[in-house]
Amino acid sequence: MIKDFTNGIVKVNPIFVLALGLCPTLAISTSIDNAIGMGAAVIFVLLFSNLMISLIRNVISKEVRIPCFIVIIATFVTIVSLSLQAYLPSLYESLGIYVPLIVVNCIILGRAEAFASKNPVSRSVLDALGIGLGFTLSLIIISIIRELLGTGGISVFGYGFTLPFSPATFFIMPAGAFLVMGVLLGLLKRVGVIR
Amino acid sequence: MSEDLNEKDERFIVSASPHIRKDISVEKIMYLVILALMPTTVAGIYFFGYHALFIIILSVLSALITEFLILKVRKKEFRMDGSAIITGLLLALVLPPTVPWWVPVVGAVFAIAIGKQVFGGLGQNIFNPALVGRAFLMACWPVLMTTWIVPFGGADAITAATPLNALKLHHITTPSMQLFLGNVGGCIGETSAIAILIGASILLTLKIIDWRIPLSYIGTVFLLMFFVGQDPIFHVLAGGLMLGAFFMATDYVTGPITRWGRVIFGIGAGVFVVVFRLWGGMPEGVCYSILLMNAFTPLIDRYVKPSPLGWGKRERKIAEGSK
Repeated sequence: MIKDFTNGIVKVNPIFVLALGLCPTLAISTSIDNAIGMGAAVIFVLLFSNLMISLIRNVISKEVRIPCFIVIIATFVTIVSLSLQAYLPSLYESLGIYVPLIVVNCIILGRAEAFASKNPVSRSVLDALGIGLGFTLSLIIISIIRELLGTGGISVFGYGFTLPFSPATFFIMPAGAFLVMGVLLGLLKRVGVIR
Repeated sequence: MSEDLNEKDERFIVSASPHIRKDISVEKIMYLVILALMPTTVAGIYFFGYHALFIIILSVLSALITEFLILKVRKKEFRMDGSAIITGLLLALVLPPTVPWWVPVVGAVFAIAIGKQVFGGLGQNIFNPALVGRAFLMACWPVLMTTWIVPFGGADAITAATPLNALKLHHITTPSMQLFLGNVGGCIGETSAIAILIGASILLTLKIIDWRIPLSYIGTVFLLMFFVGQDPIFHVLAGGLMLGAFFMATDYVTGPITRWGRVIFGIGAGVFVVVFRLWGGMPEGVCYSILLMNAFTPLIDRYVKPSPLGWGKRERKIAEGSK
């Protein structure tokens, strides 16, 4: 049981092992605030979609399962999107199009198809939490590097520090995302954290 | 190997190809290129003073140390084949003479680590490492990378525009003689056309570099600039075109291997330079033109295949039909 939770963080880490959901990863990992916001939104959607799909897995017929998954996921994404707009407009603004795009995030659809539609509710919830946490942690690691090198400092919800060097703007540009992601992937494989 | 096959031995030797052996090696070519870059290096130091020398030394040392460390991590043998020295030297030559000490260090580390070793080291890289370093620095610190000084200015020299900047922003054309000698603002190694030509003539005479690339590259820029009504001689002499055409576009690793492929490479890079200079946001585009054509190199090599010896139209047709 507990393995369903821990697997998602390292062994089947959605970004560094499964290489899923890379589009939002590369696009919004420019600041730690964004990474935490995106991670929280994905954890919320993933948790409730896995829960719902697992609950009704025996009711949905095989032929229409993908449309059903999408409708369920889209419902929760709409909730997230509207809540962000209402309570955290600045975060909503900086995440931009990537909030509605959570609907087609392959991590969520992938877990629905590969796990929640075949496993009981408790395991599906643990799986969602593990995968969501793995996604958020990977995002935070990438965004720490990008924010530190690209803006010369770190700031989390207004608290932070700046270092006395001239920031390398390259790292908060899209090319920097690919570079940081690639180098991290290579290093993690080299050290043996992931296989 | 070469001892068994010396010329005095007149026995008929049956062996697998290659049959024609030359007394030339990677090391030899690399050190000849470094030698050919010396006039440009000396001219850069002469015009821009000791800070230019400092930049060059830092860049070369950082490139060598990075290469050594990464090869150590990769458990490969480090050889003083001169390729890292060339990367460091070329990178320094395309930096402005005013940059602080850490800019060439960061650039050289990036050039070797990401431009070269990530792809598998010497002979494997897709893009010219020195230009990868420059493009990275340009994306990171655009202000530092475009601060120029007049030659012979010393430490507190006044800032000046490069000839291309002056043309783009103020519509001032620099006299060609000044450009030819190099007494203008610009990167350390790009200003003096004559110094580059002296070095390039060594490489061309020894057939280290293929004349097709510089000729088609510079020729394309000359003709296109002539047809759009710009001063073609100015555009050939100003900026980094000379340095790029003779020393960077001719890189063995990142350029096409066939003769016609090299001509296409030169023409393509020339078209890019003209487009960037006339309609781009920045006054210069040699660096990006070569990097872009580096990306096209595998495609060019794929479509410009030489036919085997003895093939005519008929054989070609048969081969194409059987595909």
